[in-house]
This record gives sequence, structure tokens and C-alpha cells, in this order.
Amino acid sequence: MAEKKFRVVHYLNQFFAQIGGEEKANIPPLIREGAVGPGRVLQKILGEEGEVVATVVCGDGYFAENIEAAAERVVELASSYKPDVFVAGPAFNAGRYGVACGGSCSAVSEKLGIPVVTAMYEENPALDLYRKEVYIIPTADSARGMREAILKMATFVRKMGLGQEIGPPQEEGYFPRGLRVNQFVDRTGAERAVDMLLLKLKGEPFQTEYPMPTFERVPPSPAIRDLRSATIALVTSGGIVPSGNPDRIEAASASKFAEYSIAGVDDLTSDAYQTCHGGYDPVYANEDPDRVLPLDAARSLEKDGAIGKLYDLYYVTVGNATSVASAQKFGKAIAEKLKAADVDGVILTST
Amino acid sequence: MRLELGIIEIDDVQFGDETRVEDGTLYVNREELIDLALQDDRLAGADVELARRGEEVRIIPVKDVIEPRVKVSGPGEIFPGVIGKVGTVGSGRTNVLRGAALVTVGRIVGFQEGLIDMSGPGAPYSPFSRTNNVALILRPTDGLAPYAHEEAVRLAGLRAAVYLGKAGTDVAPDEVEVYELSPVTDAALPRVAYVHPLLAQGLLHDTYLYGVDAKKILPTLIHPNEVMDGAIVSGNCVSACDKHTTYHHVNNAAIQELYRRHGKDLNFIGVIITNLKVTLADKERASDYASNLAKLIGAEGAIVTNEGFGNPDTDLMMLCKKMKAYGIETVLITDEFAGRDGGSQSLADATPEASAVVSVGNANEVVTLSPMKRIIGDLKPAEVIAGGFAGCLAADGGLNVEIQSIMGSTCQLGLGKLAARGW
Repeated sequence: MAEKKFRVVHYLNQFFAQIGGEEKANIPPLIREGAVGPGRVLQKILGEEGEVVATVVCGDGYFAENIEAAAERVVELASSYKPDVFVAGPAFNAGRYGVACGGSCSAVSEKLGIPVVTAMYEENPALDLYRKEVYIIPTADSARGMREAILKMATFVRKMGLGQEIGPPQEEGYFPRGLRVNQFVDRTGAERAVDMLLLKLKGEPFQTEYPMPTFERVPPSPAIRDLRSATIALVTSGGIVPSGNPDRIEAASASKFAEYSIAGVDDLTSDAYQTCHGGYDPVYANEDPDRVLPLDAARSLEKDGAIGKLYDLYYVTVGNATSVASAQKFGKAIAEKLKAADVDGVILTST
Repeated sequence: MRLELGIIEIDDVQFGDETRVEDGTLYVNREELIDLALQDDRLAGADVELARRGEEVRIIPVKDVIEPRVKVSGPGEIFPGVIGKVGTVGSGRTNVLRGAALVTVGRIVGFQEGLIDMSGPGAPYSPFSRTNNVALILRPTDGLAPYAHEEAVRLAGLRAAVYLGKAGTDVAPDEVEVYELSPVTDAALPRVAYVHPLLAQGLLHDTYLYGVDAKKILPTLIHPNEVMDGAIVSGNCVSACDKHTTYHHVNNAAIQELYRRHGKDLNFIGVIITNLKVTLADKERASDYASNLAKLIGAEGAIVTNEGFGNPDTDLMMLCKKMKAYGIETVLITDEFAGRDGGSQSLADATPEASAVVSVGNANEVVTLSPMKRIIGDLKPAEVIAGGFAGCLAADGGLNVEIQSIMGSTCQLGLGKLAARGW
């Protein structure tokens, strides 16, 4: 066997590393040469192909209370052994251990850029924290399922160590990461649709290709009691920007929002403003950008005293084909800025 | 209503002195095609280029794709109410230049034009990478408003396709496909309707039914043969990935599949056209009306397709919910906008009744397209068309774009084999 063995670093808590129970839960990360505890079984399965070169151990309490610092230390310790793969746990249904496994895998993946895998029970609260960035394999809820868990983890570690591609969760058995990935399949969309409808009409089991998401419902804020002393801001997803689109907000699938001053401006004119939104005929918005960002109307409300003051900055992005996740991110960031500026209310226009 | 499609296989396209079909090659008289386009004085210039499947060619920005066809016998004309006279289509014989397509190209109208790569990593995503394309490049007169520009380009494309189609008049077809909704004797087969929403949002997002702007229709019944014979024409600039081009309408994949299963697995009882408009009242009215029609014709199940994304997701969910209330089971065909990392929820609206959904792909997924030897049109708009972004165009002409910008990549009529899966 001239082939070089791939190098694995394993993460365990104080208990499975046989250092101690709850009384040792506060120990900071340390490293042991070679495989320890469940890692020995892993080593046995990997045989000649891979080697568990070291085991990082940390107390569950310490990790949970110092997540960032602990994860950073785990990365340091692991990197000195130049691993090809990092594996953590299994954590079963232990919440703090789950966080330590997920957190250290996530940090190692980000900092060292190597494949990582962990395993835990489906109700472990750490699952939802880390499933998006880390492969997590389902296990039983307690150490009674150790053997089965290690077997499954070893299969993963081996694939990763040999540089093989990890397939979809339905084939590989990890918890779906909540990512949508394109692939070409054997049958057209129309064929799949008619197949699915026939099963549905017969009352036979079928699998939808997109389970409906649950939407975050935003409760409306209480009404503003006294508009006459309120500061009101304008925000739009309709793409109204200074001419030339200085921040180059995309016509669709926007990756950013921008902030511009309207201090001293009473009316948005076609020579100074335009839309950069790609989802509608821009003629009417460009002719009079107030049609999308109603600055002229807001100024007249301000002049009449109906509102206290119009905020000096406005925020803009493009809603066209922009993902819900991006929209949420922009919304939160804009809300924080407005809140910090003591803005009382927002007129939000879409297209 | 019995429609025969005489399929003439076209495997090459060449310039020639006379526009004609010979041994599977479509010869095109360039000058005649240009003159025809310039009949519209809103167009200042026109050119024609050819792109064959497998060539290292990128066509951009593309507006519409149209299959050349000719009415050989029976009533009606090609694209009734738009190019041909108003009159019912869907019966008699129509010859089809299968494997050829007229592609309209030229300066960007809105932002939602797209691209077609004839080879390389982008080719598997577009059905128009597999056709032999006659690209009609159109230049508008100075100062032409976008809506007039769109109309001039749309009509020039349709005129050109009709002109090309005439080359198939006296050619013996390689195969004749017959479409007839014959009565189903097996009463046990489920009665299935097809609900076909047309984008009708205005501001460059329009569709025409027998020449009528689909914004102005109430949902209506139509025989599938009429759709297959050119009753619907695209006039919209929604994103390239999921706009129904005029080619898609006459080759509607959902209709073809329901026809294929008719009398064997199901009883295909008809097509309900509805529209996708912008106000809530319009959405409520259209979805009420379409569901009522489905109930009236005794549908037990329905395939519901979609066009565009975001705003139309609401129409799709309303249709699903209202039909379920009538006891009509649905399967929805939609694409997804799950973000470039695939981590976002994909639709702008949802309802628990939508328990059966076919996903034809995440349009935000990014693909790297290699540089091409020849560009038909202009590469620069790649950064501003929907699915492009600042910096997506490399110095060597390669592109890093969302598949949103590829013509027909996530066709919600179910034409393609792309799917998005949960990972």
C-alpha cells in the first residue's frame, strides 16, 4: 500500500474521552495523540485507509459557555495535526455536546476548509443551529446507539478522506441541510406532475418536490399616537436610485441595499433619479420617480404639519427575484439603522 | 377538433437564394427576411445570423423564440388575431419545422431578456441550444419607448417565423402527429383539467390570446389544440428562465403530457386559461373564476402551471386553495428562487393545500459559462439582464450568471428535466 493514509482528527467531550463526568465539564480544549474511546472503533473500521491522528477533548460546560473561544481553540489544536477530515461526536441527545460538535465542525470547516461531519439525535437542539453548514448524521437518542452511529460516521469519513463526492441526503442518510440544489433528472417536469397527480387522485403516497415553507409573520407595530411629532422615513424595494445607479444595485436578485440623502430635496426629478428595477417597464418610474418613492407627497405632509419630520435618508433595494433570505437580511439591517436614528415610522413602497 | 401536426425535421440551417426546405436543411434568404422586418418603421435596422446546435455561439440578449409553422389545410391562420386573421385554430393540418427556431435579438428592451449558448455548460439548460436558430437582430429607431420597442420586436419576430414556416408548405412531413380529444369510454379514469395562467401584469409583462391582451380576459375554457396551433403569443419580458416564449406555447409540455396519458391513465377534459395580474382584487376574481370553471366541467384533478415568479406565486396558491375547497386535487409546477446558496425559502407565498408541487429548479443557482467564439447580439448587457450582476462578465467573455438569465432554463410548463432537490 503506497497510498498515503488520510488523516482524521476526532472531537469528543470529557465524558466519552473518559476524563470524567459533570465535575470535569469545565475543562478547556486539549488534544490527545491518536484515537480515544469511540474513536478506536472508528479507527478499526477505517483500517489501512485512514488514521485518527489525534483527538480534541473539551468539557461540555466550557464549550457551551465560551462557544467562539472554544471553537477557535479546537481549530488551533486540530490544525497542528494537518487533518484531511474532522469528525465530532456522536452527541446523541446531549444538547451542550451537540452544540460543541456542531460548533467545532462549523469552525473547522470555515477556517481549515476541510470536510467535517458530526452525528446526533433528531431532537438535539443543536441540529437546527448547524445543519445548514455541517453534515449531521442521525443517531439514536442515547449511547446505546453508539455502534450504529460510528459505523455510519465511518462511511462518511472514508468518503470524505478519499475525496469522494457526498450525494443528496436521501441517498447518503444525513439530515437535509435545508439547501435547494439543482439537478437534471430522468423525467420532465410535466411527466413528474402528471405522475404525482395520478398518485394523489388514487390516494396513494407521493412525494412533493417542494414542501411548503412556513412564513415568518411580522406582527404590525402599534399605531403611532401622534404623527405630528413623528419622524417618518421612506424605504422602497422599487429600485429608485440617483441617476447612474452609483452603488450598482442589481436589476434582479439584489445582493445589497443602499442609503441616500434626500435632505433639501422636495421632488424626485427624472434628471437626478431613476429606477434600476428590472421587473417592470421603467418608463413611468423614470418619468417621475415620486411614483415609486413618494417624496413629493411626503414633503407636502411635512409642510402641512401632518407629520413631524421626514427622515433625511432613504433606503432602497430591488425586490425582483430577490430571495426571502436576502430580503430578511436587508430588512433587519435597515430597521436597525432607522431605530438607531429614532425614526418612528416608515412608508414602505413596493412595485 | 382534430389537429394534425406534420413534423418536418430540420437538422441544419443555411443561407440561400430562396427560402426553402431541402433534405432537412432550412435555407434562408437573408435579404427577404431583413426587408420583412423593416416593414415596421419603428425599426431602424435588422440583420440575420445563424446558430446551429453544438456551435461555439452565444446569442444575447434574446427576447422571444418562435417555431416556424404553416397552415396546410383546415380553418384559421398562424398566430390568429396577431399575424393571421381572427379565426379558430386547432384543426386541419399544420406543418412544423421541428428543430428550427426564429430567435429575436437586439438592444435590451427591459432587463429581462436572456441568453442561449449553443454549446458548453449552458447548453443543457435551454431547449433552444438544441434547435437550429435563425437569429433576427433588430435595432429600434432612436428614442422609441420600451413598450413600442417590445411590440415592434414581437411583431417582427412573428412575421419572420410565419415567413420561414411557409417553406414547409409543400414538404412531405417525416411524421404526422394527430391530436384529438376522443371520448373516453372508461368511466373510472380520473377527469383531469389543465389550468394555464398567462402572465398579464402589464409594463412589458403581457401575453395575447387570439390577439386579445390577456389582462382583459376573464378566465376561459379553450381546447388544447387551439393552444398547440398558435392561439397564444408571448409578449413579455419576465426573466428568461421562466417566461413562456411563443415556442413554449405551441409546444406546451403540460398539454402534450396530458394528451399522451389521455384515455390510458386519465381523461383530459380541457384547458382553462387564466391570467396573472397585479392587484389583489384581480387575483381573487381570476382564481375564483378559474376554479369555478374547473368545477363546472367536472374536474377531479388539475395540473396548474405558472409563469414568472414572486407576485404570481400568490395566484398559484389561490388557485390551489380554491380548487381544493371544491374537492379538486392539484399538482403545481413552479420554479424556485432560493438564493444563490439555495438556503432561502423559495416562494413568495405558500398555502398548506399545496401538498403536491413539482419544482423545475432554483433559478438563482449560479453557473459558469465558458467564453464563446462568436457572439450574436451584444455581450455587454449580460451584467444588467435579470440573473446577471456587476462583475459577472469576465475579460475573456466567460460569464458567471444565475441560470435565471438562460432562456427556458426553469420552464414552468414542465418542458425541461431540471429539478431542485432538498439537500
